[in-house]
Amino acid sequence: MPRQMAPGVTEGYLKVAPTVVRDGDTATIDATGIYYRQLNEAIRGAIAEGATRVVLNNVNGQRYIGTGVKAKGVTIEVHGTAGNDMAMFMDGPTIEVFGAAQDGVGNTMNAGKVIVHGDAGDVLGYGMRGGAVYVKGDVGYRVGIHMKAYESLIPIMVCGGNARDFFGEYMAGGILVLLGMNTQFAEQPLVGSFVGAGMHGGVIYLRGTVESWQCGKEVGITEATEEDMAALKPTLADYCDAQGMDLAEVLSVPFTKLAPFSHRPYGKMYAPM
Amino acid sequence: MTTARPRYAEEASYKIHGGCGLMGICDESGKLMSGEDAILAMAVQHDRGNGLGGGFAGYGIYPEFPDHFAFHMMYHDIQAKEEAEALFDQYFLVDLAEPMPTRPVKGIADAPLLWRYFLNPYPNKLEESELSAEDYVVKAVMQINSSVDGAFVASSGKNMGVFKGVGYPEEIGHYFRLEEYEGHTWTGHNRFPTNTPGWWGGAHPFALLDWTIVHNGEISSYGINSRYLEQFGYKCTLGTDTEVAAYLFDLMLRRHKLPMELACKALASPLWDEIDRMPEAEQAVMRSLRAVYGPGMLNGPFAIVLGFNGGMVALNDRIKLRPLVAARKGSILMVASEESAIRAVIPEPDSIWMPKAGEPTVARVQGMEWPIHGDLHLSPSDISCAVTGTEVSCDTVEVNA
Repeated sequence: MPRQMAPGVTEGYLKVAPTVVRDGDTATIDATGIYYRQLNEAIRGAIAEGATRVVLNNVNGQRYIGTGVKAKGVTIEVHGTAGNDMAMFMDGPTIEVFGAAQDGVGNTMNAGKVIVHGDAGDVLGYGMRGGAVYVKGDVGYRVGIHMKAYESLIPIMVCGGNARDFFGEYMAGGILVLLGMNTQFAEQPLVGSFVGAGMHGGVIYLRGTVESWQCGKEVGITEATEEDMAALKPTLADYCDAQGMDLAEVLSVPFTKLAPFSHRPYGKMYAPM
Repeated sequence: MTTARPRYAEEASYKIHGGCGLMGICDESGKLMSGEDAILAMAVQHDRGNGLGGGFAGYGIYPEFPDHFAFHMMYHDIQAKEEAEALFDQYFLVDLAEPMPTRPVKGIADAPLLWRYFLNPYPNKLEESELSAEDYVVKAVMQINSSVDGAFVASSGKNMGVFKGVGYPEEIGHYFRLEEYEGHTWTGHNRFPTNTPGWWGGAHPFALLDWTIVHNGEISSYGINSRYLEQFGYKCTLGTDTEVAAYLFDLMLRRHKLPMELACKALASPLWDEIDRMPEAEQAVMRSLRAVYGPGMLNGPFAIVLGFNGGMVALNDRIKLRPLVAARKGSILMVASEESAIRAVIPEPDSIWMPKAGEPTVARVQGMEWPIHGDLHLSPSDISCAVTGTEVSCDTVEVNA
């Protein structure tokens, strides 16, 4: 981080183009103190020039990494703390974060994969409509809020730690999984309150149990069946592969399944059917 | 006070929507740090504001005058200064009056006259008033803010000060030469005004005595909070909702001597169904608290950092509608709106986490008097005091300060 106390004003980020080193299919960018706009221009430039692996070093809070990027077979590696709204509207690439991610990751994401090898913040996967988000550690409030699915586009999110309130709120589709394994808050409940409040589509799986008062009134709570687990297993296997975890250990505890009672909970509110 | 000229107002007539950024850092060992780290943490959060307000509070910065009340003043013009100084002369023995040290900074324009005063109440007048020195100072602050046109008290505590204005926080920090000050606790703010105007007096932190507040969010209960505070002699004159939070803490912590945990539960009350699930004794305390301090509850989204001589406290609204991250490295506790702000100052913290909504994150400077009733982690179930009226007595609470 540049420190320019005298004679100039301290700047968090400098609005200059970062250094890009190109080696075969790999472009390596030093993000130290680079403003998000110039950083994202460099990322997009590298992809446009054919790089299939973009390595970002010394990232610290730069926003919008991979936002709106539409590409297949491209991997972006983030070393450091990924800033807000990473992978927003993203359509195809894989982003792997070696560190933590701030708020709003995967906002309205369309396709691709986000792997975070640390904790992630609030409103993770907001309105996500495709692709996968795999977080190793704890996640914040309003995670998976209003995820949605359409035909074969089914968003998947797996969080390895604990989650706070409003997990899967207003969820309309997709698969949301919470493991409670890699957490700083082991003494606290796996998940907060208002789980699946207003939920009317998709499914939530929790490794462990949940009290009914923690859940929204639109949600049915059952133990996951063998069929459920068989369907979930490939997703968990993929997650364990990405996070270096043991699938048998993940599966060693019974899962709870949360699914909405109705797909149109408010259908009768204004017009009797 | 003159009423001949138009009421001082320097307000944007338009409304801008957005967020804010904040930070707080406290070395619990009491070790001093310059204002540079606070500036850096805010510079990283530059985009959380829009240049219409930035500010900092520093504690332990005036070791030459540890027992004087330090008044940081903003004056619209020389007339406001003269009128305020006439009031100072009525109430206080002023041992030093000087312009705030500043330097020209690109981006900072139209600064008011900025002065600071190290003063104490006249002993005989204080005695006549039958008030505590703190209440005497509060009364003077309220009088200046509400009746001296164009004069505003930015801070009024001992061995601390607020440095704020219109600009980005890194510019404001440079303008006030914060690298030349050393404090054990700093808070900072980057403003993106919503609902209320961007002007010098309306920048954060908001302060009364040594309580300072930086706030990200909106206090939609401002109306009822300010009416409630008026009953206790507080006058909300600065045109920013955050002002009420500073006065509410002064009321609850200093005057009513509520333990910190209870004050935080009064501001960010647990939901009723949450209270229903608590053990019976705790339920009774929470119900009383909501009954007594209902008009003091902060409605709306917030993340705040309260600074004071002795430490700092960070708190979210009960359903976490604004970001807050905390980290610890040795004796240092740091909080900010974004993890990146923390990592800019402390690249490798021992631990980093998102505090739970409605639960305070507390830093306490060792060896300093703890101005707050009760110990740090007093849970409501530990509290046996009866909360019976607006003048609360918690004498039965064990004080480990």
